[in-house]
Amino acid sequence: MPINYIFPQFEILRDETRCIKCRVCENQCANQVHRYDNDYRIMIADESKCVNCHRCVALCPTKALRIIKNPHSFRENGNWTADIITDIYKQASSAGVLLSSMGNPMNYPVYWDNMLINASQVTNPSIDPLREPMETRTYLGQKKHTIKRDHKGNIVPNLGPQLELSTPIMFSAMSYGSLSYNAHESLARASKSLGILYNTGEGGLHEDFYQYGSNTIVQVASGRFGVHIDYLNTGAAVEIKMGQGAKPGIGGHLPGAKITEDVSKTRMIPVGTDAISPAPHHDIYSIEDLNQLVMSLKHATDFKKPVIVKIAAVHNVAAIASGIARSGADIIAIDGFRGGTGAAPVRIRDNVGIPIELALASVDTRLRNEGIRDSVSLVVGGSIRCSSDVVKAIALGADAVYIATAALLALGCHLCRTCYSGKCNWGIATQREDLVKRLNPEVGYQRLVNLITAWTHEIKEMMGGMGINSIEALKGNRFMLRGIGLNQKELDILGIRHAGE
Amino acid sequence: MLKEGKDNYRIPSGCAICGIFNKDGKRVSGTDIISAIEIMHARSNGLGGGFAGYGIYPEYKDYYAFHIFYDDDKAKVICEEYLNSHFTIAYLSRIPTRRHPKIINEPLIFRYFVLPKSSNLISAQLDEQEYTSSCVTRINSDIDGAYVFSSGKDMGVFKAVGYPEDVGSFYRLDEYEAYCWTAHGRYPTNTPGWWGGAHPFSFLDCSIVHNGEISSYDANRRYIEMFGYKCNLLTDTEVIAYILDFLIRKTGLSYEEAAIVIAAPFWSSIDRKEQQEKEKLIYLRNTFSSLLITGPFSIIVGFTGGIMALNDRLKLRSMVVGEKKDTVYIASEESAIRKICKDLDRIYSPRGGEPVIYTLKEGECNAD
Amino acid sequence: MMKIKVNEKWCLGCHLCEYYCAFANSGIEDMVKALKDMSLRPKLRIEQNEKISFAVSCRHCEDPICVKSCITGALSIKDNVVCIDKNRCVGCYTCVLVCPYGAVMPSDEGAVRKCELCIGNNDAKPACVQGCPNKAIELAEV
Repeated sequence: MPINYIFPQFEILRDETRCIKCRVCENQCANQVHRYDNDYRIMIADESKCVNCHRCVALCPTKALRIIKNPHSFRENGNWTADIITDIYKQASSAGVLLSSMGNPMNYPVYWDNMLINASQVTNPSIDPLREPMETRTYLGQKKHTIKRDHKGNIVPNLGPQLELSTPIMFSAMSYGSLSYNAHESLARASKSLGILYNTGEGGLHEDFYQYGSNTIVQVASGRFGVHIDYLNTGAAVEIKMGQGAKPGIGGHLPGAKITEDVSKTRMIPVGTDAISPAPHHDIYSIEDLNQLVMSLKHATDFKKPVIVKIAAVHNVAAIASGIARSGADIIAIDGFRGGTGAAPVRIRDNVGIPIELALASVDTRLRNEGIRDSVSLVVGGSIRCSSDVVKAIALGADAVYIATAALLALGCHLCRTCYSGKCNWGIATQREDLVKRLNPEVGYQRLVNLITAWTHEIKEMMGGMGINSIEALKGNRFMLRGIGLNQKELDILGIRHAGE
Repeated sequence: MLKEGKDNYRIPSGCAICGIFNKDGKRVSGTDIISAIEIMHARSNGLGGGFAGYGIYPEYKDYYAFHIFYDDDKAKVICEEYLNSHFTIAYLSRIPTRRHPKIINEPLIFRYFVLPKSSNLISAQLDEQEYTSSCVTRINSDIDGAYVFSSGKDMGVFKAVGYPEDVGSFYRLDEYEAYCWTAHGRYPTNTPGWWGGAHPFSFLDCSIVHNGEISSYDANRRYIEMFGYKCNLLTDTEVIAYILDFLIRKTGLSYEEAAIVIAAPFWSSIDRKEQQEKEKLIYLRNTFSSLLITGPFSIIVGFTGGIMALNDRLKLRSMVVGEKKDTVYIASEESAIRKICKDLDRIYSPRGGEPVIYTLKEGECNAD
Repeated sequence: MMKIKVNEKWCLGCHLCEYYCAFANSGIEDMVKALKDMSLRPKLRIEQNEKISFAVSCRHCEDPICVKSCITGALSIKDNVVCIDKNRCVGCYTCVLVCPYGAVMPSDEGAVRKCELCIGNNDAKPACVQGCPNKAIELAEV
């Protein structure tokens, strides 16, 4: 192309005094950015191919590399930013829909960072987690409070199926196909080791992972990939995916190049065909249709597995959740607009949906006002980034949280947002064998276990600080939160007071 | 008369509690209980004190005894109009009091012995207790200046702003006879000085005195309010009373089972139990997970025919139980018990989360 | 006893083990100083083709052929580790030829080089194990 509209976004800075020409950067970059020049006898880099995944930086033994934002700039403009301008150049050239990966990066407010947590003092002692038991065990599922007794007057437990979690954190849905086999193995093994659950996503369940069934949530999405009777009965719960926070209202698209032999077998589609999930489930056009699918799944699994319905956080999420709570679902999962994805159109990812904090608060309040909060458990995600986000989410009313981006970061992801290319240098979002190799599940699962263990420990410390020794006492306990820097409307929707009150 | 819960402020407090229960139903005067709570004077700060007595109205034992505070005559007129249209009133009077220099700013204090009008009961299609409790809630939320602070049968709550021993003297409790007495002295960190804010808090025949501060308050409140209760006072004691009413009266649990819900054993203990017991404990704790109460507390719950004392799971507030023949003494401190009964058969400290429940012996009742 | 165990399933052919090995055995504190513009002298090497790669290092055999073949006695076993005495090695390269694994390598210093399990350096923790980014090289009980 004689005219270069798109300039490279990143610049690679190599400290020549440190470079020992070991060529690790060259052999580890799937985008072929680095190469060794025999004549000049130095390493050179083609920055136009760099996606800023940091693989080379992380492996360089002498720390000779740095990636920075290319300082080449447009004239400063508060309205026409460099990104907007570049997007237009791309579309003028390709006539295509702009695609990207991972969650919404735009500068909308992050409400987690505007909420503060309480601590007990003087009138009520804080509890020392080193001395007293600090309980994070959580059960998800429908709770009924009509007691049944046998003829002797003893209580007969009569709850429907429940999920038991050692800590209120689960791994959210990421499909096999968008993620590699090794990434799934790491998630499955970590879930088993921690006593929590992970989610197959819409790609079905690989037969090698059936052994982890009791720690698996199997998803039934609009494309119904990989859904058959053994699939449903192997998991601990079945999740109907109605929407996803990153792309509410549209379906999914996995390019044919990523449908390898193994992926095709697991998804039950031919090798090399594009895997397109339609926007709605074509058998669910109304709330009563959802009820029908929930019942079918329950019959198929003998009423032994809780059914989860996952929705994206949109404007009338409270009303939708209320409808779902009355349609037989055991658990509602809400995905906020910051949720991640393997690939989504940029405009939809960045502009559609609402923050999970507001969605959670309004759903929890609405369900309590209608007296039906007990009929479902609430799980939220999109995005939960750290243990204090988990504490705030539970205080707002969630039973548990879903994490996905955080889990991938633990596995080595650097959020370069080019998963759609299939050349993930960290072996996570790719099907290329030479790249998938880079994620050793032995290392991966240990890092996930470390992450959740660390978060659980921090949660216990914060609970102790609040004078709480059992996570149930934090659920919906909005007095433990105060807002800061929020206007009255935001405080009202969140149902919390301002700091100082 | 200021109310608590106005402007949405919660007031934490530390306090003294005390209870005396005669298993054989023998009715005694309030002198002992006043004596016991008096010795724990330093645990209160004079901003609230109160008592509950069971078996005090033998002549009207089948009637609901409403004890009501009125700001002024106007509130009394409106309230009595409401009572007249919803209940048959067998008898009403001022609650007899004795002047006390430390008890000031008293509101009008009246008592009524009532029964729901049967025609109203039939048209409302509610049982007697549900009907009565709804009416009490109505009066307390909607009639300004009137507050029903006791509404059980053959029992009564007596409370005011002041040290409990002074309150006891003010209400002439030495002239009543009850098989069960509970008492409370308050030490709030801030109070608008409202008589209704003192403990015990009662709902129908269940009365609660409480020492502690619950950290799970909002989690409990937002759950229990789904069932029609309104936590207007924003006090911990109120929410505990509603929780117990819900579990015992509405859901049908026994007091032991209710104690498992509000002071549940740790998961590690539950996991070690035998299969059937384990399933029952997991079921109770899981089903009513939002009613688990955390934060330090020691409560004494009075109910018709019985008494329950309970500490939080970590035993972060003191509580001592003493027994002498058929009488049980419960208090925040041993000194309170020894003051009225030097020589005990047994004295012990219940474990955290372990309910101590005493009921009237079979066949015994509080008949005179 | 502990030995180096290599798993070709996870080896990425990145060669970092060679660089960390050479650095650990260089006796120089700074990696850049040790390796910049120097010819690399690691004590293990990567064998690879398009499909597979793995690290090859001395197996510290119980009955080592190289020790038997050494004409000067420079190679010997101490505490189950096959060691080289540089002062005795005359560079005849017999050991290079007889090692069935190709784990002994010629060196331009005169003496031959082979893995000695980092006994004398890096706090006795093998640098290749620490430096492998994908756990393809491990220290395992054998």
